[in-house]
Amino acid sequence: MRPVYMISGGITKFAKALPQSDFRRMVKDAFDYALADLPGLSRDHIDGSVCSYFSDHFTRQLMAGAMVQDYLGLCPKPSRRVEGGGATGGLCFQSAWESVASGRMDVCLAMGFETMGRVNTWKGNEFIALASDTNFDYPVGGFYSGYYAMMVQRHMYEFGTTVEQMAKVSIKNHLNAMYNPYAQRPERLTIDDVRSALMVAEPLTILDICQMSEGAAVAVLASEEMAQKLGGTPVLVSGVGSGTDAMRMADRPHGEVILLPHETKEEYADLKYPGVHSFRGGRMAAKNAYQMAGITDPRQELDFVELHDAYTSSEIQTCEDLGLCRYGEGGSYVDSGAPFLPNLDYGLEFSGTDKWRPLPVNTSGGLLACGHPVGATGLMQAVFAFWQLQGSIGKHLKDETLQLPEPRRGLIHSHAGTGTYITVSIMERV
Amino acid sequence: MDKNAKLPESDIGTILYNTDPIIIKHHYEVDYLHSYAQDTPFFVGLTKKKLMGSQCTGCGRRFATPRGHCMECGQPTEWFELPREGRVHTFTTCHFGGEAFLKETPFTLILVEFDGVDTLFLSRLIGADSAEVSIGMPVRSRFLRNCKFKPTDVYFVPM
Repeated sequence: MRPVYMISGGITKFAKALPQSDFRRMVKDAFDYALADLPGLSRDHIDGSVCSYFSDHFTRQLMAGAMVQDYLGLCPKPSRRVEGGGATGGLCFQSAWESVASGRMDVCLAMGFETMGRVNTWKGNEFIALASDTNFDYPVGGFYSGYYAMMVQRHMYEFGTTVEQMAKVSIKNHLNAMYNPYAQRPERLTIDDVRSALMVAEPLTILDICQMSEGAAVAVLASEEMAQKLGGTPVLVSGVGSGTDAMRMADRPHGEVILLPHETKEEYADLKYPGVHSFRGGRMAAKNAYQMAGITDPRQELDFVELHDAYTSSEIQTCEDLGLCRYGEGGSYVDSGAPFLPNLDYGLEFSGTDKWRPLPVNTSGGLLACGHPVGATGLMQAVFAFWQLQGSIGKHLKDETLQLPEPRRGLIHSHAGTGTYITVSIMERV
Repeated sequence: MDKNAKLPESDIGTILYNTDPIIIKHHYEVDYLHSYAQDTPFFVGLTKKKLMGSQCTGCGRRFATPRGHCMECGQPTEWFELPREGRVHTFTTCHFGGEAFLKETPFTLILVEFDGVDTLFLSRLIGADSAEVSIGMPVRSRFLRNCKFKPTDVYFVPM
């Protein structure tokens, strides 16, 4: 395998509905942004593409990826679609990475979209729930927020996690998004706002849950030679990892924790793992990505994380899977303030513990506030991480607030189902 | 050849939501021939008021939600009857849901754990308000008399 660089990226505004654009036009807009941002790059340099979108039901168009390919003027170059639920964008990014790493392509375009505003929210929830076992899960619950609510109830029972800790995640991500013009739902919130919002599936309120969205994102990946030739400020994709777990939450085992390099078996002697409170596939993805990137302690060696916070609870769960804190400490980790941006006033008091180094999580606003147009989401994270590492946040967002000082290494995390497919990719400044 | 060929007109119109861009209503429905395939004996069990799980013939692992082959070792499973009584492993009350389930809200979902069984079973709990449900609470299965061949033919009540 050879080194792979991200050389450009683009996103559209994420919104509940973008009826002025169809899926092709949305991707075209993101693609044109990426081309304009790297003047050395033209369509001719692109050897092929990977397209990511989750549900044919949302598009009411089969082979939509092929239509994006021709709309972008990339025919007859190779293209394919990847699909893996909520992790579709992350899988697409890694598929494009593989195309370049293997030598099959020198420049590969990862492009994704979703058009969820074409049906009402509750029909959309039904479509999403079809990504659960249609014999045993869908007919009983038929609602992903219900599945996540059950997972966090168990997390609360096992570890003492509180709804206030979850609300703090909501406050953080919605406030970060105030400085991201691409975000769908920027808002300044209080714990009371989150808890008194419409109850969806106990204990998750509507402000604990991301929204239905439309939008597109693209990431252009290239070999070292092409990255040098095309100029700009490339970012190295230094590690990729992915993992899986059983589709049915009910099937999750209760066994031993998969350890990261900085953890010991003894610290988890009493923990039945993953149960329904943790994501084994996320831990596997992190372990593989850290190994490839040479990371031995993610708490010390990462400067920011963009993770798949479809729910406030899943951000807490995922911080544990990624080893940012120990299993069980996700709530205290939020209380400590470590995942918050130091330059923003969230209206919260933090516990003041110095147990964890500041490591901002979802500086973009995450899925909770940016929105979650499924096939675009994982690529949006890549674009945001790319801009962070380039130091170009001010240029792209027209606001410097979210720019971290000199970030060296970031992590992006994409997640499907109840932790069914998960990807972790590591990106580094060069 | 008929140079004056003309399609017949009809009075069927299109539901329009917007003109810029034009947004029309498109109805989309399908009847699917859904086979329960190797899971069929579970649904037969429901007609006999029995909740059937699967046990691996290789490693002995017992699944509360049935599967034809073992997730751990790949060997075929055999059927066994689950206990009538279990405990709430986790729960939630849904106040919204997928469109098909909205009319049933609020409903309470539970994952049930059974003694001697390695995995869980997703079901609905009735007979308890959300504030009355807790993890570890003992529950008992009940069955619809008129089977609909759906996993909701079985449900749980407090003990």
